[in-house]
Amino acid sequence: MTAVTDEVLTFDEAMAGFDPVLGFEVHVELNTRTKMFSSAANAFGDVPNTNVTEVDLGLPGVLPVVNGKAVEYAIKLGLALNCQIAETCGFARKNYFYPDTPKNFQTSQYDDPIAHDGWLDVELEDGTVFRVEIERAHMEEDAGKLTHVGGASGRIQDAAHSLVDYNRAGVPLIEIVTKPIAGVGERAPELARAYVTAVRDIVKNLGISDARMERGNVRCDANVSLMPKGTAAFGTRTETKNVNSTRAVAHAVTYEIQRQAAILKAGGSIVQETRHWHEDTRTTTSGRPKSDADDYRYFPEPDLVPIVTTPEWIEELRAQLPEPPAERRKRLKADWGFSDEEFRDVVNAGVLDEIADTIAAGATAAAARKWWMGEIARLANVEGKDIPELGVSPADVVEVEALIAEKTINDKIAKQVLGFVAAGEGSPRAIVEARSLAVVSDDGALTTAVQDAIAQNPGVVEKIRGGKLQAIGALIGPVMKATRGQADAGRVREIVMEQLGVTE
Amino acid sequence: MSAITREDVAHLARLAHIRMDEQELDKMSGELAVIMDAVAAVSEVAGDDVPPTSHPIPLTNVFREDEPGEMLSQEQALAMAPEAEDGQFRVPAILDGE
Amino acid sequence: MSETTETTETNDLIRLTALQMAERLRVGEITSVELTQAHLDRIAAVDGGERGVHAFLHVNADEALAVAAEVDAIRAAGGAEAEALHPLAGVPVAVKDNIVTIGQPTTAGSRMLEGWMSPYDATVVTKLRQARLPILGKTNLDEFAMGGSTEHSAFGNTRNPWDLDRIPGGSGGGSAAAVASFMAPLALGSDTGGSIRQPGAVTGTVGAKPTYGGVSRYGVIAMASSLDQIGPVARTVQDAAALQELLGGHDAKDSTSLTEPLEGLLTAARQHDVTGLRIGIVSELKGEGYQEGVLERFREAVTVLQDAGAEVIEVSCPHLKYALGAYYLIMPSEASSNLAKFDGVRYGNRVVPEEGGTIEQVMGATRAAGFGEEVKRRIILGTYALSAGYYDAYYGSAQKIRTLVQRDFDEAFSKVDVLISPTSPTTAFGLGEKIDDPLAMYLNDVATIPANLAGIPGISVPGGLAEGLPVGVQFLAPARGDAVMYRAAAALESRLEQAWGAQLWAQAPELDDTRSTQPVGVGTADRTAGGENR
Repeated sequence: MTAVTDEVLTFDEAMAGFDPVLGFEVHVELNTRTKMFSSAANAFGDVPNTNVTEVDLGLPGVLPVVNGKAVEYAIKLGLALNCQIAETCGFARKNYFYPDTPKNFQTSQYDDPIAHDGWLDVELEDGTVFRVEIERAHMEEDAGKLTHVGGASGRIQDAAHSLVDYNRAGVPLIEIVTKPIAGVGERAPELARAYVTAVRDIVKNLGISDARMERGNVRCDANVSLMPKGTAAFGTRTETKNVNSTRAVAHAVTYEIQRQAAILKAGGSIVQETRHWHEDTRTTTSGRPKSDADDYRYFPEPDLVPIVTTPEWIEELRAQLPEPPAERRKRLKADWGFSDEEFRDVVNAGVLDEIADTIAAGATAAAARKWWMGEIARLANVEGKDIPELGVSPADVVEVEALIAEKTINDKIAKQVLGFVAAGEGSPRAIVEARSLAVVSDDGALTTAVQDAIAQNPGVVEKIRGGKLQAIGALIGPVMKATRGQADAGRVREIVMEQLGVTE
Repeated sequence: MSAITREDVAHLARLAHIRMDEQELDKMSGELAVIMDAVAAVSEVAGDDVPPTSHPIPLTNVFREDEPGEMLSQEQALAMAPEAEDGQFRVPAILDGE
Repeated sequence: MSETTETTETNDLIRLTALQMAERLRVGEITSVELTQAHLDRIAAVDGGERGVHAFLHVNADEALAVAAEVDAIRAAGGAEAEALHPLAGVPVAVKDNIVTIGQPTTAGSRMLEGWMSPYDATVVTKLRQARLPILGKTNLDEFAMGGSTEHSAFGNTRNPWDLDRIPGGSGGGSAAAVASFMAPLALGSDTGGSIRQPGAVTGTVGAKPTYGGVSRYGVIAMASSLDQIGPVARTVQDAAALQELLGGHDAKDSTSLTEPLEGLLTAARQHDVTGLRIGIVSELKGEGYQEGVLERFREAVTVLQDAGAEVIEVSCPHLKYALGAYYLIMPSEASSNLAKFDGVRYGNRVVPEEGGTIEQVMGATRAAGFGEEVKRRIILGTYALSAGYYDAYYGSAQKIRTLVQRDFDEAFSKVDVLISPTSPTTAFGLGEKIDDPLAMYLNDVATIPANLAGIPGISVPGGLAEGLPVGVQFLAPARGDAVMYRAAAALESRLEQAWGAQLWAQAPELDDTRSTQPVGVGTADRTAGGENR
């Protein structure tokens, strides 16, 4: 880890002297079947350099062809972000040399993005709505993946060499750029998190991206600058790259505000630069200052022809849009019968879709809320992750509910099972099997344990026979102990009563 | 129109990732100055009312179906690589991280 | 059969036109193996050695003969498959070495790609394979097609068969020289600013640049994407038309490919009739800078067409005087970006600096060593024209000139059906004569460049000789007007041949068999780029 530690003010000190201005560039990887400009499969996690055609390797002579589905997705996203859709737009080449960029230019959009001038209403934790203005949303292609080998840390700065996998090269991206966001004050970190969450929910809701931040489907660059209180001119901004969880975005914004405030307060000036985010220390470090090497020499991509959108086409796509998340939330709240507070907690925890999917798969609203807001939320908190990133799926929760219903496990074991699911051990049922967690409902074993308990507790037996049925609990304890908690308490009670010949 | 200097050429060579020695820079800047002189008139001809043409034959909306096609094998992909390792292209250390 | 007879027959065979060859194949008078072998023999005789033409960078003898044998077998078997054979099946063809081919090296005339083998075929190569034309090999060119003399090839220059001390034109000097010296009846070229037409003019062959998008660019190593176009090189207008018909048509892999095929080209080339055809002489493409002998042949051509019933008027395209400047901004700009991929990471010859180094240093050294001077010059020029602060003045302005040139042509084609001009201001110049004067070299393209800027079709046909060297006459037609271009060109060709009493190539000097001067063991059968080439 970089040894340099920057001076920081506390957040409150920073806020006392400065107003933050934010800006976000969110990259969304589309879940089309093929890449942006080639018919190679768009798939995550395959064997390196197998999801490639000659186009994705930038071999001599190749030409790109636009994926029509990706264009449709871009228009849908533009509409969902309340943007104007360009009547005509085109692609441009952004020229720079980097080994993860096979042509040494990125095919992107420059001065004519497909969608521009929109807005997104973002709901903060207390229900306040803040409108974020969208400058543009444009189409481009992803780069390949670099792995840095050698050196102590596996990081680029001290690697001996690097390896390149072009499977991701050419995956369709939409980059959403906000206008500068001012006036949010001390709620800047909260807004940052809420904005990225809202964008993630929209693309997921549209079905155009898998929207899994831990896989890089949604990636955020956060721009931060400060204005001394009472002034209106924007300060110099920094761009913190690749902040890839919603809570990390809030942390990165917080840190940059504190760091910049310390510099400005000491009379220094901010360097316009990119900064790297470090999840482990929750700090940023200096990346690369803006330089004359950033002359990207954009020009219209001559190998691709312009896109013309007709009103008919746009309306056809608009008609396919799903219910917007805000309206959907209103409807779900009513359907599920949650209180305002219960529902807001669910939204703030970012598990609305998980709960909806869990209910759709057969669970009751109360059960779905119980698990997602209970044990799963607790596990996420322990892990320091957002709940959706924990790795527990709605199907897992439904399976856990089923295991409880069929009395294979009880609530206590269910919690353990969820922990193992989060640890990646497999499906709940497989885990119960592999770890022999099933509740003991074998009457033979239980009967033996009950008989032992009866023999060792004559006083209790006496009370029960005398009609004090609540004393049965005193026998269940030892039976549970003998079966290491895996006995079904209801069945133990029944066996005790059979053995002692008592009835309710 | 400013003349193209030796320093300009050095900067352009850096942008274009072509290493050039002093002699080449001198020669290139001299040649480019002559060429730029010959083409300079271009910037004085067309007014703001003339739209640029980037494609000689106007076509629009050429799209591909989102259907996967044939891909290269890893072996084919790496066949001409100057250096490969673990199914990937191997490159020397990268100085300047993005 | 005595050796003398065989040589004579071979000589006769290779001097046929491609369509005559096709006809003899069809009727079974000759086999494709005989025909292909005759061309391979000719390559062996005149292409190698110190004074050889050196049109080929790679000769693909085994595969060509195998394809020829397949065609012969299909013909011999008869039936539906024989019926379905393409009319040109079995007629051999040469391919410019900036067009990628499976199984043969593709170098684009550059050290950068020496030894590189493509894992895929260009669309035009796929079409040649589907039509079963034996591919004789890959022809020499200026590095990445950048040049007008083929002297910028990293693997040695090509000689002009009309005078071995002169250039064969460029960048497609190899294809033109191969066809002019009967090493191939047909060849593929690429034309960004005249690279098919100008070599055609100076070697007395026919070269056509189709309407932009008429032939797929997929698999052609790009120089300037918005200007590049693939086209035929042949000895007659009909042969060129037949080859363009084979190569053309929509390709889903090329987004700039025309949706509708350009049809009726061969029919138009067979018409030979220009009665009532309106032909415009372009005022700006004659006069100053044009060699007197070139202008004489040009004026004769106009007279011949007038006598044949064409209406000839003079039209002005006032913005053509800026076309060269616009071209030399647009072309290098696009080229600087297209050639960025050659960095020694995924393919190509990586060069590690002596001091070792980072990827940036390795890329810099790789590109310094892999690219020749002209390529570097154009990359730097293009980087400049696109760079911050200069884009509007250079690239942006050049794109506007492009609009003005198109408007000039639109206006001209509202009055005439085709335009006519000399193809090149001069006949073939001497080897080395202009190598150190890039600007002088660029000025050669003055008459061919406008068609690339506007995307319209152009063709060069032999117009006779000036001081013993071929002169080309160029026809230009409106976009998608390739058929009328072929019609006018074929009419001029047939009238001139009537006047000469033979095809122009009958006047070409005999080439010596250079094999005696070659070291023992150097054959041509498997010659590869950079192997024994000078």
